[in-house]
Amino acid sequence: MTEQIIEPKALPAESHAAETHAHHGHSPEEIRKEIRVYLWVFGGLTALTALTVWACYGLKMPVHKAIAIALAIATAKGFLVAGFFMHLLSEKKLIYSILLLTVFFFAVVIWGPLHHWADMIGR
Amino acid sequence: MEAHAEAHHDFEIPYTVHARPDTGLYNAKLGIWLFLASEVMLFGALFSSYILLRTSAPTWPRGWEFLNVPLATANTFILIASSVTVVLAWANLRMGNLKWGRIFIALTIACALLFLVNKGFEYHHEFVEHRLPSTNNFMALYFTMTGLHGLHVLGGVIVFLYMLFPGAKMWGTDRARYTNRIEVAGLYWHFVDLVWIFLFPSLYLM
Repeated sequence: MTEQIIEPKALPAESHAAETHAHHGHSPEEIRKEIRVYLWVFGGLTALTALTVWACYGLKMPVHKAIAIALAIATAKGFLVAGFFMHLLSEKKLIYSILLLTVFFFAVVIWGPLHHWADMIGR
Repeated sequence: MEAHAEAHHDFEIPYTVHARPDTGLYNAKLGIWLFLASEVMLFGALFSSYILLRTSAPTWPRGWEFLNVPLATANTFILIASSVTVVLAWANLRMGNLKWGRIFIALTIACALLFLVNKGFEYHHEFVEHRLPSTNNFMALYFTMTGLHGLHVLGGVIVFLYMLFPGAKMWGTDRARYTNRIEVAGLYWHFVDLVWIFLFPSLYLM
C-alpha cells in the first residue's frame, strides 16, 4: 500500500511557488524579472505581427514569397508564445515527450496533402 | 470524528498543488498538456484539409482581396495582449496579489470578448456580401477554421469568468491550487493564441 500524501491547505504564495514552480523564479523579485521578459515578448510579437502584415498585405507580395514570409514569421511568433508564455523553454521531460509524439503525428497529417501535391507536380 | 476525517481524506484529489514524484508535474498540468496535444491534432486536421484543397485547386483566392485585414490585424494584437494579461494574472497570484490577479483575468476576458465582437462584424460583412460557407472551398475553410477557433475563445471566456467570480473563492481556502488553475487555464489560452497566429496569415495574408 502506498501512503496517500495529503496536501496542506492554504499554502502561502511563496511556499507554493517553491513547491510547484521549481523551474520558475519564486521570489517577488524573480517574478518581476519574469514579468519584464513577458513584456519584451509582447513587444516582439507586436513587431512581428506588424512586419508580416506590412510584407504580405502592404507590399502585396507574390503568393510564393507571401507564403514563405508569413509562415516564417508565424513560426517565430509561435516560438515566442510557446517558449516564454507556455514556458516550454524550461519544462519537464514528460511534457517534451508528449509534444514530441504530437509533433510526429502532426507532421504525418501535414505530410499527406504535401505528398499529394508533390505527386501532382511530378505528373 | 477520526473516521470522518479519514473518510474526508479518501476524497482528496491528489497532486493538485504538489508535483507527482513520477511525473514531476501536478496532475492538472499534465492533463492540460495531454488535452492540448489532442487539440493540435484537431486543428492539424483542418490545416491538412486547407493544404489539400489549396494545392489541388487550379486557382485559389487571396484572403486580403476581400477579407477585412485591418480588423483581423487588430484581433491579432488583441489576442496577443490577452496572452500577456493572463501571464500577468498568474505572476501576480504567485506574488500573493489577488486584486491584480483578478484585474488581469478581467482584462483577458475583455480582450476575448472584443475579439469575438470583431469576428461577429467580420462574419456579418461576409454574409451581407453573400460570401457563405457554401460559396467556395476557401469560404468553407474560413468559416470552419475561424468558427472552431471562435468557439475555443468562447470556451476560454467561460472558464475565466468562472475563475474571476465563483472560482476565486478558492483563494481563501487553497490559494496554491487556485494559482495552478490560472496557470492551466492560461496554457489553454496561449494555445488559442498560437492557433490564431497561424490562422491569420493562412486565411488573410497568403
